[in-house]
Amino acid sequence: MKKHEVPQQNAKAFMGHSKLLYAVDEAGRYVPAPSNGWEAEEIVLDQAIAEYQRLTADAWNRARAGLASPLEYHMYHERMDVVLLSQTTGFFRWRVCRHLKPGVFQKLPAKIRARYAEALGMEAARLDVLPEQP
Amino acid sequence: MNVVLKSDVELSFEHRQSAHCESGVISSLLRHHDVPMSEPMAFGIAAGLGYAYLPFLTFGGLPLFAYRMPPGHVIRGLTRRLGIRMHMQTFRQPDLGMEALDRNLAAGRPVGIQTSAYWLSYFPPDMRFHFNAHNLVVYGRRGDNYLISDPVIDILVECEAEALKKARFTRGVLAPKGMLYYPEYIPPQLDLPRAIRKAILFTTGMMLFVPLPILGIRGIRTVARKIRTLNPKDERHNKLLLGHIVRMQEEIGTGGAGFRFIYAYFLQEAAALLDRPVLAEMAQELTDVGDEWRRFALNAAKMCKDRMSMDYGLLADILMHCADGEERIYRRLRAEMK
Repeated sequence: MKKHEVPQQNAKAFMGHSKLLYAVDEAGRYVPAPSNGWEAEEIVLDQAIAEYQRLTADAWNRARAGLASPLEYHMYHERMDVVLLSQTTGFFRWRVCRHLKPGVFQKLPAKIRARYAEALGMEAARLDVLPEQP
Repeated sequence: MNVVLKSDVELSFEHRQSAHCESGVISSLLRHHDVPMSEPMAFGIAAGLGYAYLPFLTFGGLPLFAYRMPPGHVIRGLTRRLGIRMHMQTFRQPDLGMEALDRNLAAGRPVGIQTSAYWLSYFPPDMRFHFNAHNLVVYGRRGDNYLISDPVIDILVECEAEALKKARFTRGVLAPKGMLYYPEYIPPQLDLPRAIRKAILFTTGMMLFVPLPILGIRGIRTVARKIRTLNPKDERHNKLLLGHIVRMQEEIGTGGAGFRFIYAYFLQEAAALLDRPVLAEMAQELTDVGDEWRRFALNAAKMCKDRMSMDYGLLADILMHCADGEERIYRRLRAEMK
């Protein structure tokens, strides 16, 4: 890539920052070349974030309807999934899945809740709370 | 407050933005210890370039695509090839890890640490994801905030102690366990030419000869074939997969084309250092391959957004082209370095 071809498309996700690339100058020498955003990156980043938002909203609806525990909502809200939450808490995957059921979740002892709270970076008391909006 | 650090500390540390976190941190730590070392040179000597398609490791339900060697490889590879000894320490208890950090700062030593990218409060929210092998340098502490030189960010930043602790001690795959490191011994004479030669042989060997269809050139071809044979009926999933590939390529730790450009830069520096013009020629060709990777990313992204009609064959062709180009370059480099 030539230095003048380095995209500067002001991605909003960068929030005014820029990242560094290396590109070739007129004389064919490599030089550092900051970029403040590129269309391709922005599209796929938006796509990934939209997917998490979709999962979060679904989980919120399910939790509202009493079909899932609020844990599922918080999990997606913190951009995790069952695999990642299982790795972060150290619980087996099937256990995490089980804890996503509302009945099971309600009866969880404080110790297990504390592990989830830590993995999700929130207070244990807030695990039960479902916000007004997804 | 704090037992180890009684007052604020701000060590002098030159912040230089880099394209990749690990090579950025290690090269700036070395520069801090008066070793002239550019980021591309560090990346090249560490043999950081690679390719891997790991279908059994999933990331949000989608397989892992890596355009470089696994985390930790850059620091280990670079220091081993140059005979540098690193002090590397992990901690069972978060509080001890934070204390050790303070002790190093009190001793006037900036240190590199491994963190999760998700819990760092200064990261733009949309760029935060659960990746546990981010690297940065801590060069001071002001009140309850640590002063940080994060190699992928253009300016110096600060992070609250609580958030930094969480980022250092999150659990799961590649858990950082509070990893903290700094160079302990640097030989007075560094034999760069020898290290460069060994590193190029390692990288090219890795890319050309590992007998697994998921690594190196063969990995790229496998992915190309996989894309070609995606079921057109399942377009929603395919779009997620392609978007994911591009995201892994262009965003998560610089990505595919970015790494090719860093390596090309390294080859250019190496050409001058070893007086081997062929390396500069290869740098140019690798730049072209990098551009091809970016063309793949742009096309795939546009297809995901329906700005271009979906054409799996076209994407596969571009990837095959990348694989062919890289194979040619690595073979030539290998012949030159043998």
